[in-house]
Amino acid sequence: MGKASNKPAKSKVRAAGKAVENRSRTSKKAKSTAKNATKKSPKKTAKKHVKKAAKRIAKKPRRLYKETKPKAKMAIEEAPMEEHRGLTAEDMALQQRDISVAEFFIKNRHLLGFDNPRKALLTTIKEGVDNSLDACEDGGILPDVSVVIAPGKDENRFVVTIEDNGPGILKDQIPRIFAKLLYGSKFHRLKMSRGQQGIGISAAGMYGQLTTGKPTAITSKTSRTKPAHHYKLEIDAKKNEPRIIADEVVEWNAERGTKVEIELEAKYQKGRQSVEAYLEQTAIANPHVSLYFATPEGEKKVYKRASSQLPVQTREIKPHPYGVELGALIKMLHDTKARTLQSFLHSDFSRVSMRIAKEICDKAKIYERARPTRIARQEADNLHKAINQTKIMSPPTDCLSPIGDEELLAGLKKQIKADFYTAVTRAPSVYRGNPFQIEAALAYGGTIASEGLAQVLRYANRVPLLYQQAACAVTRSVLATGWRNYALQQSAGALPAGPLVILVHMASVWVPFTSESKEAIAHYPEIIKEVKLALQECGRKLAQFIRRRRKTAETEKKKAFIQKYIPHIAIALREMLGLSEHQEKVVVRQLTDVLERSHS
Amino acid sequence: MRKVADKIKETAGSVRTKIQQKKKPTLLFPLRSLSNVKYRPAVGFLELKGRKKMRTLTVATVKTFAQTLRMMSQAKTLVEDDEIMTKREAYYVSKNWDDARFDEQPESDTVIDDIEAMFEVNREQLGFIPEEKGGEVAGKLIVIDRDPNTGKKLEIDCTKFGSGAYSIPISVEHLKFETEAKFVLAIETAGMFQRLVKHGYWRQANCILVSMGGVPTRACRRFIRRLADELKLPVYAFVDCDPYGMFNIYRTLKVGSGNAAHINRYFCAPNAKFLGVTPQDIIDYKLPTHPLKDVDIKRATDALKNDPFVQHFKPWQDAIKQLLEMKVRAEQQAFAVHDLNYVINHYLPEKLASPKKFLP
Repeated sequence: MGKASNKPAKSKVRAAGKAVENRSRTSKKAKSTAKNATKKSPKKTAKKHVKKAAKRIAKKPRRLYKETKPKAKMAIEEAPMEEHRGLTAEDMALQQRDISVAEFFIKNRHLLGFDNPRKALLTTIKEGVDNSLDACEDGGILPDVSVVIAPGKDENRFVVTIEDNGPGILKDQIPRIFAKLLYGSKFHRLKMSRGQQGIGISAAGMYGQLTTGKPTAITSKTSRTKPAHHYKLEIDAKKNEPRIIADEVVEWNAERGTKVEIELEAKYQKGRQSVEAYLEQTAIANPHVSLYFATPEGEKKVYKRASSQLPVQTREIKPHPYGVELGALIKMLHDTKARTLQSFLHSDFSRVSMRIAKEICDKAKIYERARPTRIARQEADNLHKAINQTKIMSPPTDCLSPIGDEELLAGLKKQIKADFYTAVTRAPSVYRGNPFQIEAALAYGGTIASEGLAQVLRYANRVPLLYQQAACAVTRSVLATGWRNYALQQSAGALPAGPLVILVHMASVWVPFTSESKEAIAHYPEIIKEVKLALQECGRKLAQFIRRRRKTAETEKKKAFIQKYIPHIAIALREMLGLSEHQEKVVVRQLTDVLERSHS
Repeated sequence: MRKVADKIKETAGSVRTKIQQKKKPTLLFPLRSLSNVKYRPAVGFLELKGRKKMRTLTVATVKTFAQTLRMMSQAKTLVEDDEIMTKREAYYVSKNWDDARFDEQPESDTVIDDIEAMFEVNREQLGFIPEEKGGEVAGKLIVIDRDPNTGKKLEIDCTKFGSGAYSIPISVEHLKFETEAKFVLAIETAGMFQRLVKHGYWRQANCILVSMGGVPTRACRRFIRRLADELKLPVYAFVDCDPYGMFNIYRTLKVGSGNAAHINRYFCAPNAKFLGVTPQDIIDYKLPTHPLKDVDIKRATDALKNDPFVQHFKPWQDAIKQLLEMKVRAEQQAFAVHDLNYVINHYLPEKLASPKKFLP
């Protein structure tokens, strides 16, 4: 990305920025009003020039500059250019500009899960519901969440409304929470929650703004006695700052809660990766949640609460030394309030006592009373090595709140009618210094489709993961488990076959997703191993059930078989030996006895 | 005949006794396959080696067990009432047996074959008769039969069928014979038989002609056997020169089949000799040929490897090897290439001049 690091260049860029400001503003307007706006269309005329320029640059590979983003290229147009001369250092300096996160994500919206209209709808609802549930649970409130998708003006436009009964949001906070990317309470803390980054809901709002030109509408109320605030917000993509369109006090009947309304270009579809599937799977892993859902076709669905037990409140923890990378360590050394290295280690990390801190300092051959900022510049490398050579206790695990076997079973039973259920919650474990906990559950038989492969439901911090199944560590573990040992059929390299639903939940203070759209869990060996162990434990119980059931079925079949044919043996014997009817009956009785006692 | 009924009753009794002792009843069958037969030169036919299979009544076998017992009961009734039933009829009768009924005729045929083997009798003795046609006869033979209604003696002169022939009945045990013929010629195809009848070859060669129509039926084999035994006539086989003619038709005629080895002692003609067509004849008579098919080659190598009859006779092994080397086969009607009646005028007289050269 941006390479502007030395000061003079930066200031020049700013000057250049002013020069093009006029143009960029008009293009922004065009962007917000264009109906079928894709991110590139408003700049068509500019782009043609840019293309020419780009070609010219491409012809001279030695001068080819990495930065070829159109935004930067707008400066090229302004810059004087001769036919056969390349860019001067001054020209290049003019191209250097700051890039706002918002701009970056407009270009890379697939990273956030807005690749196509169908997925955009799901992601929007997912981000809204996740936020609502986090807020309710933090506030100790049993969540009641309503999701309404209403058809918009066009066939491909929808208005999504997500409403909760959570603690509400303070008036001052609303604009930045909903219209500034990477603003949030969850990024800097190590605490188990659904949201992690502070991107989701504002990205959804931005997507709506981008595709329909409509602002995000938020209504929030923090208590019965206080008024409800209503905002209409847009993101100023260039600054990544909220722009307030409307700000008013309104009447709202709810006691407290938050309502978000986003109009966006989307596609409503049913099926495996649909909003409906997401809500259903959410209901399974969150039996304490009550969900209401209205589809654009006017269908209404209620996922009832199956448990009034709120998840245990989790504690926030400090980072564990094992999980800290060198760069992060240097940053922490810079930012710390501690005066000495020893107290820095003790106070800014979990599981580091004063004694362990001293041990680390000794190993790194650094004076324990040294100033952290000095270490940051000169000896962080040694310190980092020393940390990893020192034996430190595993991180505390009270920061995790697993769903729990009973709740998991309750959730599964509520949504899936099966003949057999089992659930396992593993003891907490650690990857890269982050504590995590794996839970697994199986549902077998009943109304689950017996044709085809098993269905895998993946969860991270109680949030269902619907996309990128193949890229996920959970899938890897399911495939690596030998299901044939558990009385199921499985072809090499495939999911097991049969009427089976496999549920895996990973709870962690930091779930390692493969991308910002949070679709798949990264392949850490520790995670794969834990998932496998959990599945094996469930598998053993399932195998017991299946074998027992098979045996009963066989006995039944045997009995039926015996009862069918034994009379014929008796008839034949009566005919051949001239037996009486009584003798015939005796034969039947005795033979039935003989066969039922036998094992074959 | 009463003996068979007693045997059935005895077996049924043993089954009941086992049940009363609270043990699983069993039935004992001889193993019906080529691996369980040996060739005994002294008697001249394939005989069971005596390996048996035991069918124990278990959950898995209860259906077949019930069907076997019901079929045994059926056989007993047939024998006692002096009644007959075709295999097809037996299949239909089983439709009265509710759950124990047969779904397809091959199932009931197998059960009948099992019972036949179990009591070491032929199915005709149990009252079951086949659908198949027995074969045809023409030539210098008088068959003495009885009128089925009046029981009056009937003399059938096989020279008086004109261009037709006498049909061998399904059961031949009650027949008596008179003849002046010198030998019996058993022919594979009806076509060749027709030619020889049309030109009165039996008169010319003073013989009895029998058309087998492929692999000879039990009745046909029994008929030829009785001609051989009672009239002391030699039997010569005239079939195609291919592994099927040699080892399915001729071998079965001479030593019986592997599948029904328990009855081979009645249903074969051990004194039969192989007149032709031999592989050497193909060369000597310059016969037009067809290449051996894959099944032919397989049948020939199988015979070399597994057939106890072939293993006993060196000349047969040589003949097969010669055929495999030539990689061709020839049909008995191939002589038509020289002249339609070349068979009558040249081939048969020339071969019959030295019967000692016939393959065993």
